[in-house]
Amino acid sequence: MNVQAWTFTLVGLSFALYIGVAIWSRARSTGEFYVAGGRVHPVINGMATAADWMSAASFISMAGLIAFMGRDGSVYLMGWTGGYVLLALLIAPYLRKFGKFTVPDFVGDRYYSSVARVVAVVCAMFVSFTYVAGQMRGVGIVFSRFLNIDINHGVFIGMGIVFFYAVLGGMKGITYTQVAQYCVLIFAYLVPAIFISLLMTGVVLPQLGFGSTLADGSGVFLLDKLDGLSRELGFDAYTSGQRSTLDVFAITAALMVGTAGLPHVIVRFYTVPKVAAARSSAGWALVFIALLYTTAPAVAAFARTNLLSTIAEVPYQEVPPWFTSWEATGLIQYQDLNGDGLVQYRGPNAELANEVQIDPDIMVLANPEIANLPTWVVALVAAGALAAALSTAAGLLLVISTSVAHDLLKRIIKPDISERDELIAARVAAGVAVVIAGYFGINPPGFVAQVVALAFGLAASSFFPVIILGIFSKRTNKEGAIAGMVIGILFTGAYILYFKGFHPELNNAEHWFLGISPEGIGTLGMLLNFAVAISVSRITPPPPEEIQRMVEEIRIPRSAGEAREIGA
Amino acid sequence: MPLSDRRRYWRTNLKYLAVLLSIWFVVSYGFGILLVDQLDTIRVGGFRLGFWFAQQGSIYVFVVLIFVYVRLMNRLDKRYDVDEDG
Repeated sequence: MNVQAWTFTLVGLSFALYIGVAIWSRARSTGEFYVAGGRVHPVINGMATAADWMSAASFISMAGLIAFMGRDGSVYLMGWTGGYVLLALLIAPYLRKFGKFTVPDFVGDRYYSSVARVVAVVCAMFVSFTYVAGQMRGVGIVFSRFLNIDINHGVFIGMGIVFFYAVLGGMKGITYTQVAQYCVLIFAYLVPAIFISLLMTGVVLPQLGFGSTLADGSGVFLLDKLDGLSRELGFDAYTSGQRSTLDVFAITAALMVGTAGLPHVIVRFYTVPKVAAARSSAGWALVFIALLYTTAPAVAAFARTNLLSTIAEVPYQEVPPWFTSWEATGLIQYQDLNGDGLVQYRGPNAELANEVQIDPDIMVLANPEIANLPTWVVALVAAGALAAALSTAAGLLLVISTSVAHDLLKRIIKPDISERDELIAARVAAGVAVVIAGYFGINPPGFVAQVVALAFGLAASSFFPVIILGIFSKRTNKEGAIAGMVIGILFTGAYILYFKGFHPELNNAEHWFLGISPEGIGTLGMLLNFAVAISVSRITPPPPEEIQRMVEEIRIPRSAGEAREIGA
Repeated sequence: MPLSDRRRYWRTNLKYLAVLLSIWFVVSYGFGILLVDQLDTIRVGGFRLGFWFAQQGSIYVFVVLIFVYVRLMNRLDKRYDVDEDG
């Protein structure tokens, strides 16, 4: 079978699996729709959380970004895993004890204020929409490259699948399909990584392989070879960093805190039966995430070494087939500047001009082809990328539909709505959200990547401080929380918009405040939010007695019931 | 549950958090970012140590930290009789 036949087979089989799981586990009540009835086993929930969290960006883009950034790429590795420590230690157990269904639920109740609730709903929806558009786009790219289906049709197929199980199954259906999707995506990530590690170093585990010597008998360590190759071609050494220490620090912190403040991640911890289960579930989630995240830097180093050694100084007529097939998609561009017919791939410090532009997004997808792996492995990667994108999209759509049906409709507009009607509203909202997400997938706003940075910055500078203070400081009141959220968001949003939207030409270290890039500014926004919330709370009256008692209750595990049905 | 027990339970929890989050900070921001160049002068196999902490070691420590906290808190919940099986 050729690559395309294999891809059709594997993608078809995986889709059939997801649909089967969705039918088996559909939701029958609002409790099941929003939080899967609060009865999911912590290990299962951890696996679903991992699939929910690891998106097209983790699966497709991250290793490629690290391959091109070298040590500076560590910000993604530490940033997108370290947040789970904050979740497990500071957030998940307390929100599970609080019960209810959503993050705006907590913000609205803890700060006894509809204004705070609405601000939280708006943030949750904005963050989720920016994310989901990116996932739909990822689905489209995989379809067009591997199945030769038009990118728009690819988005339609993806929409259809997500619509089916998110609308039908709610959180319950999503949780169990995400478990299946995790298995597909981790298998698809590890198989080629292990193959390549064996080929290049003879070590089975990629995590150890990229610190070992090359299998060619030279006795040279892979990373030393990579540093050498990079320097020869005019790049900086792979294991050295170029960004300023303060900026790396700020970006890592923004990603960590942003992770801990993302509504679609937090809501997963409402689905387990107990407080103790919420703690351990975050640990299991990180175990499943770490499997991919510790493999990614190895994949990055292997891919970079292969890339530098296969295309440097090759006559253009003799480039490997993957080079030309990606050239057709426009994601690799080659221009023979000096007319010698050879491919010169050079870095900024080289004397010769660079003739090749490579989009980092293709590294994971092209890696099996570059390493000459069997065709079924190439097809497997396509199925894995789809699993990653679809599982994240479904989790985000659920947050959007819950925000509309529960936080807005039930809690603010029409409190006496029946459970049946609320469930219908939630399904309709999920359906509408799928369509809007699909629209953005087909007509992506030119600033998707920038908007994702904004999403993390906003989550870091709005939700995180308010949730932490809501649990750890009884004295923080509604005035402080609202002022903190608004100022945190405005500061962060304005900074990112200034450099990414209005003045992209000034977007460099010289003009940044304290040398902190827009990607890292959420860290300052978060500190500002904390400072404002604490000082405003000091000069305004303390929260009412019953709110202070509620905080006391959240801190103690016993009496945490199942996530309450609406109306309780 | 008496108020004094509540306070002691919470204070012990905060103590655990302070210790575990300090380790969390040291392995990632400390070893992986602030001290990365100094640690890179030490080699372990093919890895420079700072690079290894930034791309591997910190993640392993994160996983261990969460499970240590789970165990500590399960024990603490039992001791103060606030666990959910009681």
